[in-house]
Amino acid sequence: MTRKYELVYIVSPDATDEQVADLHTQVDGIVQRIGGQIEKTDNWGRRRLAYEIGRHKEGTYVLEVINGSGELMKEIDRRLKVFDLVIRHLVVRVDEEQEVIERVRGKRTETSRRRRLARGLPADRLPGEGQRGDSDDDRDDRFDMREGI
Amino acid sequence: MPPRKSFGGGSGAGGGRGRSSSTTGAAAGKDGQRRPMFRRRKVCKFCSDKIDDINYKDTKLLLPFVPERAKILPRRISGTCATHQRKLRTAIMRARQLALIPYTVE
Repeated sequence: MTRKYELVYIVSPDATDEQVADLHTQVDGIVQRIGGQIEKTDNWGRRRLAYEIGRHKEGTYVLEVINGSGELMKEIDRRLKVFDLVIRHLVVRVDEEQEVIERVRGKRTETSRRRRLARGLPADRLPGEGQRGDSDDDRDDRFDMREGI
Repeated sequence: MPPRKSFGGGSGAGGGRGRSSSTTGAAAGKDGQRRPMFRRRKVCKFCSDKIDDINYKDTKLLLPFVPERAKILPRRISGTCATHQRKLRTAIMRARQLALIPYTVE
């Protein structure tokens, strides 16, 4: 059963670029060994943490999109807990949600096309048509923060 | 033969009740009157802007929903619909785990 997962881990700011790359190859090694495949890797670079983790105030974020089984992710999770350089990590399964999003999006474009055709317009929007900004009240007084407080 | 069975057979007559015209005048004159000032009607941001994907990585999207103290803005104030508030909540909690959003601000 292959599923799609997202793995984000935060590497300690003391780590050198090689160490970060090394971590990536290690993860890749585990994935290869258990029969998965890395779809995408994204290094977000060094970011400020919203709160201190241990004594760190910054961290290097790395995102990996992995196709694989639950056992694989369990193994990765276990291994990442052991690495001292990784100060935080998160595994999220994404395939189902993405499917839902796709479906919703598809449905929406479909209905809009149908309606547009019913109104005698071309099915797709022309560039520049129906852009926001022509009405003056789309500014954000959407929530009135004072209200409940 | 238990006697109940024969009872069940004969009860068909009363079964059609309850559905009919009992649900009318309830919603008629409830609101109104005591709110003189105009309140803009709240709409769900995600419904109106057609944002399908509430992602934990998208801090820009999430931040308006965790004001000052970094607590999640309740639906009562933001006007988010139930579905999207639920998705928003999971997204915010994931973002918090990854230190993209604070749990709390002193």
